[in-house]
Amino acid sequence: MLLETEPVDWPRALTSRECDAAYAQLHALLLRFARRELGRRAWIGGPELDDLAHQATADALVSIRRRLPEFRGESRFLTWTYKFVLFEVAKKYGRHFWHGPHTPMDAEDWDQLPDRFGLDPTQESESRELLAALRCAVDEVLTEQQRRVFVARILNDIPLDALVEELGSSRNAIYKTLYDARRKLRERLVAVGHLDEQ
Amino acid sequence: MITLESFLTVDPHDAGCERTLELLHVFVEDVLAGREPDPAIVAHLRACPPCAEDFDALLGAWR
Repeated sequence: MLLETEPVDWPRALTSRECDAAYAQLHALLLRFARRELGRRAWIGGPELDDLAHQATADALVSIRRRLPEFRGESRFLTWTYKFVLFEVAKKYGRHFWHGPHTPMDAEDWDQLPDRFGLDPTQESESRELLAALRCAVDEVLTEQQRRVFVARILNDIPLDALVEELGSSRNAIYKTLYDARRKLRERLVAVGHLDEQ
Repeated sequence: MITLESFLTVDPHDAGCERTLELLHVFVEDVLAGREPDPAIVAHLRACPPCAEDFDALLGAWR
């Protein structure tokens, strides 16, 4: 647990004459959270992780300062501020991902799928037919962008935030692209008799 | 582990990443307080591992 209580009236402290001390205290809390989040996501560590955590914290604080008047007390203040750290950590991680070892975005390693979806090796023939039908559906029913996102996310396990960075897009747009792809693939697999209707 | 069939099954009530992230701080407080959480966000967190990880992180900050 990072936070036990919230004794400080943060909005007031951050707009008071002593706001520098309040910002310093908030910075320390956000930095601890950023370090933990980056450590959980990435293979990086040591000074590199610390540098990214400092960058994420500084950028989160800029957003918090700008949006402070929008805080409506719908949650505890620190819960609200931690969200800004998550946004920044996601951005930094998405950018940093491409500097480390990774599968190329457009590689197509279909052999990973049985493990990823727990297809039963004792029902090898059935699994093989299902995968063949899925592959066929990916080729035939997806748009170019849906196929690209499906291959990157599902076959190559590229993190969503790294894809956001690479495609200059947003989490929501990529999620929606994959959502539509999932729906279309299911419809096709139902139509050809590999899955049952819902 | 998620099956291929459940991966391909979409929930029409899914809130999507944008709305989920916009309301995640409120959602976390609802969960911590034992209030009924927004079902559209619940549906989204079931289908989106990155947003679910963000939820876990925010929840973990208070637990």
